[in-house]
Formats: sequence, structure tokens, C-alpha cells
Amino acid sequence: MTITERVPTVLDSAAELVSPFRRWLAPASFLLLGLIDIFVLGTFSHSGDATFAFSGALDTVTVPNLTLAAAVTCYVCGGITIALAAAWAFLPFGLVVRRVTIAVVVFLFIVSLLCWADAGLSTSFSIVNLLQGTLAGSIPIMLGALTGVICSRSGVINIAIEGQLLFGAFTAAIVASGTGSLWLGLLSGALAGSLVAALLAVFAIGYRVDQVVLGVVINTLILGLTGYLYDGVMIPYQNTLNSPATFSAIKIPLLGDIPIIGPVFFDSTIFLYLTYLALAGVQVGMFSTRWGLRTRAIGEHPVAADTVGIRVTSMRYRNVIAAGVIAGVGGAYFTIGSVGSFGKGMSSGEGYIALAAMIFGRYAPFGAVAAALLFGFSTQLQSILSTLNTPIQSNLLLMTPYIVTIIVLAGLVGKVRGPRAEGIPYVKG
Amino acid sequence: MSAHEPAADPPPAASPAGTATTAPKPEEPGERRSFGQLLRQSVTEGNSFTVTVLAIFAALVVGGLINAFTNTTVLHAWSNLFSDPGHAFGQAWDTATGAYVALFEGSVFNPHTVAALFQQASISAAVHDGYLSAVFGPLSETCVQATPLILAGLAVALPYQAGLFNIGGQGQFIGGAIVATFLGYAVSLPPVIHVIVCVLGGFVGGAAIGWIPGELKARTGAHEVIVTIMLNYIMAYFLSYLLAYHYLMQAPGTVNPITRAIAGNAHLPQLFGSHLRINAGFLLALACALAVWWLLSRTTVGFEFRAIGKNPNASRVAGINVERNWVLVMLIAGGLAGLAGAAVIQGTDFTLNDQSFGTYGIDAITVALLGLGRPLGVVLAGLLFGALHAGAPLMQAATSTPVDMVEVLQAVVVLMVAAPPLVRAIFRLRGGGGSLLVLAKGWNG
Repeated sequence: MTITERVPTVLDSAAELVSPFRRWLAPASFLLLGLIDIFVLGTFSHSGDATFAFSGALDTVTVPNLTLAAAVTCYVCGGITIALAAAWAFLPFGLVVRRVTIAVVVFLFIVSLLCWADAGLSTSFSIVNLLQGTLAGSIPIMLGALTGVICSRSGVINIAIEGQLLFGAFTAAIVASGTGSLWLGLLSGALAGSLVAALLAVFAIGYRVDQVVLGVVINTLILGLTGYLYDGVMIPYQNTLNSPATFSAIKIPLLGDIPIIGPVFFDSTIFLYLTYLALAGVQVGMFSTRWGLRTRAIGEHPVAADTVGIRVTSMRYRNVIAAGVIAGVGGAYFTIGSVGSFGKGMSSGEGYIALAAMIFGRYAPFGAVAAALLFGFSTQLQSILSTLNTPIQSNLLLMTPYIVTIIVLAGLVGKVRGPRAEGIPYVKG
Repeated sequence: MSAHEPAADPPPAASPAGTATTAPKPEEPGERRSFGQLLRQSVTEGNSFTVTVLAIFAALVVGGLINAFTNTTVLHAWSNLFSDPGHAFGQAWDTATGAYVALFEGSVFNPHTVAALFQQASISAAVHDGYLSAVFGPLSETCVQATPLILAGLAVALPYQAGLFNIGGQGQFIGGAIVATFLGYAVSLPPVIHVIVCVLGGFVGGAAIGWIPGELKARTGAHEVIVTIMLNYIMAYFLSYLLAYHYLMQAPGTVNPITRAIAGNAHLPQLFGSHLRINAGFLLALACALAVWWLLSRTTVGFEFRAIGKNPNASRVAGINVERNWVLVMLIAGGLAGLAGAAVIQGTDFTLNDQSFGTYGIDAITVALLGLGRPLGVVLAGLLFGALHAGAPLMQAATSTPVDMVEVLQAVVVLMVAAPPLVRAIFRLRGGGGSLLVLAKGWNG
């Protein structure tokens, strides 16, 4: 990704010299966040306390509410953040310490933000709702990012995640509504995702079209096609073709009763459980099975893989098409997992966010999912804060994950290196 | 581009094309073939022009098939396929062609307006009552729609020549539109100067947004595709933010996310009177295409752009400052996309709202790809897609074919153009050669 990697021979000696821009980027960002904690959120917060609720009214086991003095908490958070910025600037931090530091800074910022938002209000801020909504809302991003991980590791850039999500959503809605079976809807949504993936595979692997270009074009195609079919077919037959039921939440016995963790992780629709399954599957499959080793081989060095007898082209085809199933399920969540009926362009760019989450998460399943949750969190936070009547500027809040992604890409947490052969078609010979 | 690539991926484009042209030589070196034979050979060989035309044709067929199999009237006819097959096929054909006829009438030429023109007593009366304008209305509309597509298309095509893929047309468009609109209503200047100031402001606004991914790529290696995608969202939210507060850019006395109208002095002049919307923005777009052509083919900077696009490592060894060129090309590209924003605001819309950016960012990519990344190609592709956009409303009104058909057509055309072997296989053309577009390359470059 970096200049130094591109020309190893010329710039090898300079590789250790971190440019001043990169050296000061992280401390400067932290300092800024700390100052926002203190001066924006602390000074301007209403006088009074912020109350956080950790359990609902109907829970069997309850956790007491937490009440904090808003302004003081903001000052403390800001102080710690600035101290961490100074430490980052002048102490040699290792990789693990750096990541922990970033997590702490982000956490402190969120705490300050919530204190500021809830200060002086009579209603308590439900942490469980926030986390529950985050997890559910991130499902398409998480599944899309996992799809991206498989494709990238196989050496194929998948920008068509957006199209896979959208087509999955459309197909799931129309089939579930037409047949009356949610399970058929889910299945067809998954197949729709893999259909788009097959289109990607044919052009990317078969015809060796530039994969970034291709992904964007496929997204345009799917956006146009679903929009066209929505106006032409769904609107005239709204009642039969676009009014599917939705999956209801399944509470896991015992696990679902644990305070905080239960309602957040074990009381959701089938989609969340499928996401766990996909995450575990990709993680184990990619790093502990023969399939995973081969997949990483064809993504890193297809020539070597071919030499030892792995059929690079056919394996890439299979992986890309199979990965499409995951994104298709993620797309189905938009309709039969959440709001029911399909709407034009309803994936609203979440496929691109999934792509960013994948890179952000360093092409690793857990990393990608964690990054996806960060994006989902900011969206959920914004929607909850807007109901609290806080003077929050929701557009600025919604902007933050994108800015954070750019900062991360610019090297805040070290270099992100993709699979070597990603995006380069393999020509046998 | 990573260093190992030459070994892993030998460029397949050059050698088959070379053998195809040299193959006929040994047969009859002295005999001169007739013009007709040469023409036929050049068509069937499947060069870029033939492939593009056939791709457009194939896309129209695909679109017609989609239309014929989803239209509700036709679906009813299909259900009676076995009792009355002729009716079903007739309906399907009528629906598919009817949509295209309406598309044509809305974008190029409508016979009814000409008939109306000839029923007028005198030419002066016809001009006065707007009948003449009605004849040229569709063409004017095509040019109006093509203006931002050409400008934003150039913003993709220029970095494409330098090996960068600019998906940030939307963000840069917004950047330009914000500055142009602000200068349009907040400043008071004499007629001509105001237009120029706003257009330049649009360029600067877009260039500022385009500079970010270029600078980040040069300094840190952050991939421009992701950064530009992120910037699209950032700018869309930023625009919503500006339009949410009266003390920022929201028009006074409204709750809608919209700015005040820009001053009359800042309007781009209309070229053929007030009945036709075609304005100086179209000339601006053509001038920019010419400028980009001149830049790429006649200047040192353009040579360096193309060199780093072909092979950044070789360029670096040859002494070209690759990083500085990345920044420069993204800066100019952002400015071009910003001009698209200025042209839309100053030419037709006159106010900025939170949907002003439309789908120009994505459409620009299809325009640039269909134009094969060359300025003239971008102009032609922009006119073609502009015509589709101009004709779409009439198509929807006349045949109830949803306007989204246009997006489908655009995408299918570009898919076909991107994969010439597919087009050659469909139409059984001879000849080889690789993709008309650049060969695929990885993230890491």
C-alpha cells in the first residue's frame, strides 16, 4: 500500500524513517478529541447528571442505573485523552499498546458524548438499546465485510458487495412476499447474492476486467435493475410482491437471561445467529483448514499455488460465488429481517462501508466485524440521540466513521497490507 | 503497482493484436485490396469502435428483453402464450420498441413538434410562439444533461490515464457546488465577472476535495478508491449539515434543506434564448475536454501523467516525481468535477439542495469507461448518456417504463465495453487483443 512497499530496493533504507505527517497524525487527533471532550462537551453540557440504564423494565435480573456528574466526567475523560496523546507522542508504544490506546480514546470520547447528551435529562440513557441496535444494524455490514474478506483473500477485489446486498434484499422481499415463506425468502436472498457474485467472477476472473471498475459498474447495474423492477413490478402489485413478513426475535434460553449480555447478544433474529456462524466459519475456515490455506495461497502467490497443484482459477470462482451467499443473507436482513418491504436503493451504500470495514479490519474476519460494529455504532448512536432532543449535529456525527476510516487508512495504526495478488487476474502459463 | 507483477501477469494485449495485423501480409504483399474489403475487414476485426457500437446495441437488446418480460401488459399477454402466441410476441415487441422510440423522441427529435411547426403561418410566428424551440427542445435537453456528465466524466478519465481511479466525483461535485452557490448568492458582482468568479470557485471547491485523496496517497499510500468513497459520504453529510442551519447556508424562512437562489448575474447565459435550457455550461464542458486533451497529449505534465499510469516504477526511475503527479492529477480532476457542480447550479438549478448531486458521481464513471478514458470519447459518451437521461422522463410518461432503465442500459454498455472478448463472442467477430480499458491491476498499486 505504501510507497516503501512499491519500491523496496530504492527506499528500503528510508522505510524506518516515519514521515512527520504520520508521526504526528495520531497524537494530534487524540489531542483534538481530548480538547473536544473538555471544551465542547464538558463546558457546554447542561448542569446535572447523566443517567445510564443497563437493563430493561421486564428483565428478570436487573442491574442498577449508573449516574455520573456530566461535566466532571467530560473533564476527566478529556484529561486522560490528552495525557494519552502526549504519551503516544513521546513514548515508544508497541503495536498492542497502540491499539489499546486507540480503543481507550474512542471509548472515553463516546462516554463524554453520552454524558453531554443525557446531562440534565429526566430520562435515562439505555445502554442496552444502544448496543442491541448497534449489533442488529451492523448485520449487513458485518456479513458484507466477511464476504469481502473471503474474496480478497482469494485474490479478487469485491466492490460489488453493495450490489450483492441490494439484490439479496430485493429478491428476499419479493420471494418471501410472493410465496409467503420467510425461509424461502432467506434462501433466495442468499442465492441472489451469489448470482451477483457469479457475474463478478465471470468478468473478473474469466474476462480479466479491472476489478475496481467492474465492481462499481455491477453496483450501478443492480441499483438500476432493482429500481426498475421496483417501479415496474413491485409498485403495481404492492400487496402480493412487496409485503413480506419479518423474522421475529428468538431468545436463547439461559444465555438470553444474563443481564446486559443476554439481551444484546442472545435475543435477536436468526440473522444475528447466522452472522455468528459466518464469523466463526470464516475465521476457522480461513486459518485452520486446508481450504483456508489454499485460499490464502491463491491470494498471495497464485503462481506458487499453481505449482503445487492448486487450481487457481476454479478455486477463485468457487470462493467468490460462495462468498456471495453471505452477502446475500446480509442483504435479506434489510427486508425480511428488519423493515419488511423493499425500497429503492435501500442498502444505501452499506456495501461500500463493508468494504472499508474489511480494509480497516486488516482483511481478518474478527477485525472486519469489529470495524463493521464501529460503523453500526455511530449510526445507532445518532438515531438514539436524535430522539433525546439533544442539540447534537447528527450529520457531523454520521460523518465520523468515514473520517476515522480515512485516518486509519492514512496509517494511524500501522500499514494495512492486502493480499499480494489481490485484484490481479491469474493467467496460467 | 507491485514490483512482482510483471512476472505474474504478462500483458496479454499487445502480442495477439500484433499478430492479427501482420497475419495477412505473406499472402499477397503486392495486391491492393479495395476500400470495401478494407472497411469490411476493419469492422469484422472488432476494433474498439466496432466493439463499442456493438456493446451499445447489445445493451439495447438486453434492456428491451428486460422491458418485454416485466411490463404488466406484456405479462398478461405471455400468460395467454399458447392460445394467442402472436399477440404475446407482438405486445413484447411493441413495448420494447415503444420505450426506445419515446426515449429517442425525448432526447433527439420528436416528429410531432416538427408537424406542429409546419402548421404555423409564418416562420416568425413559429419562433415567437416557441414552436421552433419545441423542435430543438430534446436536443437542448440532451446537451444540458450531458454537461455535468462530460465534466465529471473527465474527472474520472484524467486520473485514469495516470493510473488512479477516482470514484469521488460525488464529493468533488458537492465541493464545487457549495462554493459556486455560496459565491452566487452571498457576493454581488457585475454580470460577466460574477459568472467567472462562481465557475472558478466551483473549480477550487472541487479541487480541494480532490486534493485530499491525492495528497494522502502520495504521503501515506492510502488507496484513493477507499478515500474517495469515504469522502463522498463525508461531503454528502457535510452538505446536509450546511443546509440544516439558517446561519450556515439554509435559505431564510424555510425548513427545507435548500439554499437561496443565486443572483441573476451568476447564471450561465443561455445560448439560444429563454425557451431552450442549453447554456454556456455545455461550451465549458467542451472547452474542458479540449483542455484535457491538450494537457494529456501536448504537455510535459500530461506526458508524465500517462507515464506514471503505464508504469509508476519505470517513471520513478526515469526521474518523474510520481507522488507530486498523483497530487496534481487528483487536484485537477477534483476541479473538473467541481466545475460539473458549478455548471448544474449556475446553468439550470440556481439553488443547491441536499439531493443536487444526484447520481452524477457514479454516472461519470460509466461515461469515462465508455469513453475509454479519452477526452473525445468522454464527450461522445457524455452525449449518449445525456440523451438517455433527457429522454427517460418522456419514456416513463409515454410507455410507463421506469427511468431506472437508463441506469441498466449504462451499466450493461460499460460491462460489454470492458469485456471485448464477450462482445466478439456474441457477434462472432475476428481479432484478438485484450481489454480496451486498462489491464487489471491490484489494490497494492
